[in-house]
Amino acid sequence: MESTRTTATRPALALRQVSVAFDPDHGVLERVDLEVADGEFVTLVGPSGCGKSTVLRLMAGLLQPTSGQVGLPNEPRIALVFQEPNLLPWRTVEENIRLPLELLGVDSDESDRRVSKSLELIGFGSGDVQKRPRELSGGMRMRVSLARALVTEPDVLLLDEPFAALDDLLREQLNEELLAIHSARGTTALFVTHNVSEAVFLSDRVVVMPEAAGGNFTEVTVDFPRPRTASLRAEAAFAELAGKVSARLRRGGQEESS
Amino acid sequence: MGLLLVVLAVWQASVWWFEWPPFLMPAPSDVAGAVADDGDRLLVASLRTGMAALTGFTASLVAGVLIAVVFSQSRLVRQSCYPYAIFLQTVPIIAIAPLIITWFGTGFPSVVLVTLIISLFPIIASTTSGLVNIDEDLLELFRLYRADRWQVLWKLRLPHAVPYLVTGARTSSGMAVIGAIVGEFFVGHTTTHYGLGHLVLSTSQHLKTANLFAAVIASALLGIALFGAVTWIGTFLLSRWGNAGGQTPHVANPG
Repeated sequence: MESTRTTATRPALALRQVSVAFDPDHGVLERVDLEVADGEFVTLVGPSGCGKSTVLRLMAGLLQPTSGQVGLPNEPRIALVFQEPNLLPWRTVEENIRLPLELLGVDSDESDRRVSKSLELIGFGSGDVQKRPRELSGGMRMRVSLARALVTEPDVLLLDEPFAALDDLLREQLNEELLAIHSARGTTALFVTHNVSEAVFLSDRVVVMPEAAGGNFTEVTVDFPRPRTASLRAEAAFAELAGKVSARLRRGGQEESS
Repeated sequence: MGLLLVVLAVWQASVWWFEWPPFLMPAPSDVAGAVADDGDRLLVASLRTGMAALTGFTASLVAGVLIAVVFSQSRLVRQSCYPYAIFLQTVPIIAIAPLIITWFGTGFPSVVLVTLIISLFPIIASTTSGLVNIDEDLLELFRLYRADRWQVLWKLRLPHAVPYLVTGARTSSGMAVIGAIVGEFFVGHTTTHYGLGHLVLSTSQHLKTANLFAAVIASALLGIALFGAVTWIGTFLLSRWGNAGGQTPHVANPG
C-alpha cells in the first residue's frame, strides 16, 4: 500500500503500520502509515465510518492499536477538541476552561495566567466568563471547548469535526479564528471533517481516507501562502483544489486516473 | 381552594342528610372539633413522627450516596450487590418488624430504622444512575488529562449525579413519612411516647373516627411539608448547579 509522503525529518505524530480492529472480522484501520510534521496542519477527510475519529483517538492515546506503532517522538502535550463541546454544565465558562489545569495539577497563579490568555484567544468578554454553558449559543460553547483545549498550551491539537454542528457562517468564522491561533502558536494540528472547503482552507495537506480498511490513504497538498484570510475562499484556485478533493472523495479516495 | 370548600360542603350535607353514624363517617365539623380538642396530642405526635421521618430520610441520604459511590467504582460490585439493594424496596416491613423489635426494641430508633429501610432505595438507584451514566466523551476528556479515579469521582461523577440525587431525594422524602408512620404501627409506640402512626392505630381501634380523620390529615400534611421542603431545597441546589430550568433527569436503571 502507498504511504503518505514524509514531510519532515522528525514528525510530531506518526502512525506506522497501525491496524485497529474492534472485533477480529471487521478491521477499522489496516496497516496505516501517517505522519504529521511539527507545526503542520493536516486534515483527514473520508466517508463516514472510515476510521477518521479512530486515528485521532490513537494519536490522543485514548485507544491502543491492535498492531503497529503510534509514535509521538517529541512527547508532545496533546489536546483534543470533540465534535460536541462536552462542557460540564455545572461549571462556569471560566471553570470549564480551567478543568484540564486542575487535572494536571498546575498551580493556581499559572492557571490564572493561562485561563485569561485562553479567554483572550477566543475573544470572550469579562461578562461571559461567569456564565454556564446552557446560557451560551452553540458557537460560543464551541469556542469555550477550543479554549479549554488551548489552555494546556498544547504542542498538538487534535480536532474531531468540531464545527460540524454549526451553521456555515459561524463555521467559516471559527475556521479563521482557528487559523489565527495556529499561526500565532505554531501548533501542530490534525483535523477531521466532512467539509471539503473547510479542509482546504485550513490545511497544509488534506489526507483522503479510503472507504474500506486496507485501502490507500492519498493526499492533496494545499500550498496557499499563510496567513490566509477569508478572501482565499473566493479565489479560483481555491475552488479548483476543493473540487479536486471532492472528486477524489467521490472515487472512494482513489487518485485520478490521468 | 374552591374545590376543597365544595367537597367539604357536600361531605357535611351528606352526613346530615343520610344520617351516617359518626363512627362510620364523621362530618367535617366533627373532625374540626376533634382537631380542636385533641390539638396538643396531634401536634406532639406529628412532631415525633416528623422527627423520625426526617432522621430516617437524612440517614438514607447519607447511606444511599455512600452506597452509590461504592457501586460506581466497579461494575462487578454493582452487579453483585444491586439485587440486594432491590431487596430493600420489596421486603414487607411487617415481615421483618418482629426481627427489628428483637434487635432494637420498640421506640424511636426502630421507627427510624424502618424509615431508613423504606426510603433508602430511591436514593441508591437514582444516585448510582447519575454516577454511572456519564457520556463517554466526558470520561475520555478526563482520561486525556490523566485524571485519577478520585478526580473522576470528585470533579465528574458526583457533580453529574446531583440532579439525579435531587430526583431520588424527592421520591424518598415522600416515602420517609410513610415509613415513619408504618414503623410506628409496628415497632414504634410506648404508652407515653407515640407518633401519628400509633394515633391512627389507637383511634381506629376505639372507633374514634373523627380523631382518626384528624390523625390522617396530619399525616398527609406532614408528608406534603417534607416533600415540599425537599423539592424547594432541590430546586435551589439545581439553580446553583447550573440547571436554570430546574429540570431533573429521567432516572434510568443503572447498568
